[in-house]
Amino acid sequence: MNIHEYQGKALFRSHGVKVLDGVHCTSVESAVSAYDSLQSKVVAVKSQIHAGGRGKGNLYLPNTRDLVMEGGVKIAFSREDVHTYATNILGNLLVTKQTGYEGKIVNHLYVESGCDIAHEYYLALLVDRDQKSVLIMASTEGGMDIEEVAEETPELLHKINVDPNVGLMGYQIRDLGLALGLSGASHKSFRKMLQSLYKLFVQEDCAMVEINPLVRTGGDEMVALDAKVSFDENAEFRHKNWDDLRDLSEEEDVEIRAKETGLSYVKLDGNIGCLVNGAGLAMATMDVIKLYGGEPANFLDVGGGANEEQVKTAFSIILEDPNVKGILVNIFGGIMRCDIIARGVIAATEALDLNVPLVVRLAGTNVDEGKAILASSTLNIHPADDLAEGAQKIVELIGGDV
Amino acid sequence: MGIWIEENAKLLVQGITGKQGMFHADKMVEYGTNIVGGCTPGKGGQTVELQGKNFPVWNSMFEAIKATDADATVIYVPPPFAGEAIMEAADAFDQIKGEGVVVCITEGIPTLDMVKAVAFVENRPGVRLIGPNCPGIITPGENGGAKIGIMPGHIHAKGRIGIVSKSGTLTYEAVAQTMSIGEGQSTCVGIGGDPVNGTGFIDCLAAFESDSQTEAIVMIGEIGGNAEQEAAAWAKENVTKPIVGFVAGATAPPGKRMGHAGAIISGGKGTAEEKFEAFEAAGIACAKDPSELGAVLLDSLIKAGLRR
Repeated sequence: MNIHEYQGKALFRSHGVKVLDGVHCTSVESAVSAYDSLQSKVVAVKSQIHAGGRGKGNLYLPNTRDLVMEGGVKIAFSREDVHTYATNILGNLLVTKQTGYEGKIVNHLYVESGCDIAHEYYLALLVDRDQKSVLIMASTEGGMDIEEVAEETPELLHKINVDPNVGLMGYQIRDLGLALGLSGASHKSFRKMLQSLYKLFVQEDCAMVEINPLVRTGGDEMVALDAKVSFDENAEFRHKNWDDLRDLSEEEDVEIRAKETGLSYVKLDGNIGCLVNGAGLAMATMDVIKLYGGEPANFLDVGGGANEEQVKTAFSIILEDPNVKGILVNIFGGIMRCDIIARGVIAATEALDLNVPLVVRLAGTNVDEGKAILASSTLNIHPADDLAEGAQKIVELIGGDV
Repeated sequence: MGIWIEENAKLLVQGITGKQGMFHADKMVEYGTNIVGGCTPGKGGQTVELQGKNFPVWNSMFEAIKATDADATVIYVPPPFAGEAIMEAADAFDQIKGEGVVVCITEGIPTLDMVKAVAFVENRPGVRLIGPNCPGIITPGENGGAKIGIMPGHIHAKGRIGIVSKSGTLTYEAVAQTMSIGEGQSTCVGIGGDPVNGTGFIDCLAAFESDSQTEAIVMIGEIGGNAEQEAAAWAKENVTKPIVGFVAGATAPPGKRMGHAGAIISGGKGTAEEKFEAFEAAGIACAKDPSELGAVLLDSLIKAGLRR
């Protein structure tokens, strides 16, 4: 789960990580009064969306897609500037490298004081799945695309792994600070900041915290100029406040609804809907559809113990996508019994008045009963014995080439 | 033989009085798994009826292992308590026996809880953790066997193919594929699809390599991370038995999480293409379609002179 920069910075502030003064705004008027209240000659006016690449993105009118302004993060030198930028940003479509063509409507702004920058650094904390520990990465090459730095000048990306048995140790912070060329007051400021950040990362169950850039000011203070924070959704049960931080406009409505019914759904661009039990098998089903010349319309995992109702919901979610021209159901029954799935499929097709071709492949527990139930129905359901046959059949039925 | 779990291994069930725990414990007993009891704090002294027989419940894993001399435990404890359940089991096995297998089925454990739990287990070298978020491990026997987890027992049969996989239902698919060419399984291990877990691919490959019952290995990966690539490179140097592979998620778009917490392509890393390439570079015979795993496996067995 991602949060906005302004929310990340509030979290930083509450954990003692130094950030600049700033105000979260949702209207042009509040942006202008934020400028007045900050009493900083120069302020940054920053679009708040979850996707990255905001600075280099462009703003467009949502209806006509006429270009309004280049750059989703602007430096304002006056009240008038703030007014202009806020007007150009709010309610318009921000398209960045990460949002793709469809872009994202900007509803939130962050107006932040300026500061005197001596140098820009990169700093990130994340879970390292190979080392099975928290990894801290830092570089002197702040403000840059860090993947490029890692690719081209890996020696400039410094890493430390935190031993979960003992936590972040003093010498590790010292080494990292030295690698960044910090000394004296800036080193001291870095130490305090990193200790606070690590504590924040663990206490708040983060999946990633990225600060790009982290800056050293003219006064040798380390300040987080950006804040990209994402949480580990598995830990939601111990963070009741996450509900308030969640921006539902950043999530696909249908994916949220799927999650509420215990389904895992991701929309894709193809035209063959898939309904599968298990994440790995669901991915494999998509792959095999593609292998036989089709394009999957979605990823959908109904989980290990789906009931008739969930199967019905799954069908209705798949059918909401107007691109869907056919559906492939692929169930390997373990805990889930094929006869129950077969009944669910029949109930769903009847209730939803299904009028696209449907191929059903059943295997595993009670497979014979399941197949018999499908065969005895008068509905137009095409059975398949294995995944390859199922994929070939559905591709053929929607008129593709096999 | 088979790996880590003998056919008659003595098993405890953590969370045996819960809905999931009781349901699956019953299925395990039905399969023939040698369950010796369970553990639910606060319910010690009670019994649980499985397949018409009563099984004792203990308050702690220390008590349970002392009383039963169990070899393994399987965890069906809800996510908020599962990390600690793993550590309790590891601690008890380590102190009482110096060894034990901990299988965690629970899905949705916070990643940082797993970081802590895995480090705790790694400090106890005799203890092996399998999972979390996995179907478990099964060593089929002549009659029944040891089914530890949630997989459908009846699709398995004792044989000579070792299976290791990140995904549950795709493991079942691989099992069905071995059966389609008349082969059974030595042991099937689901290592789980979470970013931080216990036993990995390399542990399984090493164990299958030294297991006399296993003749060939099926390895099923999925997008995200680089465990498959590392395992392939390791296998190239260390595994003499034929390996057959598949990787799920070739069509998954970058940045989208595909069900499993670990199944996400980030920054162009961890793609299926990369993994298939690593497999092929290591001499692992790949199926592009899981329905072909059986045929590819048979072909590998014949090429290795193990079948005619």
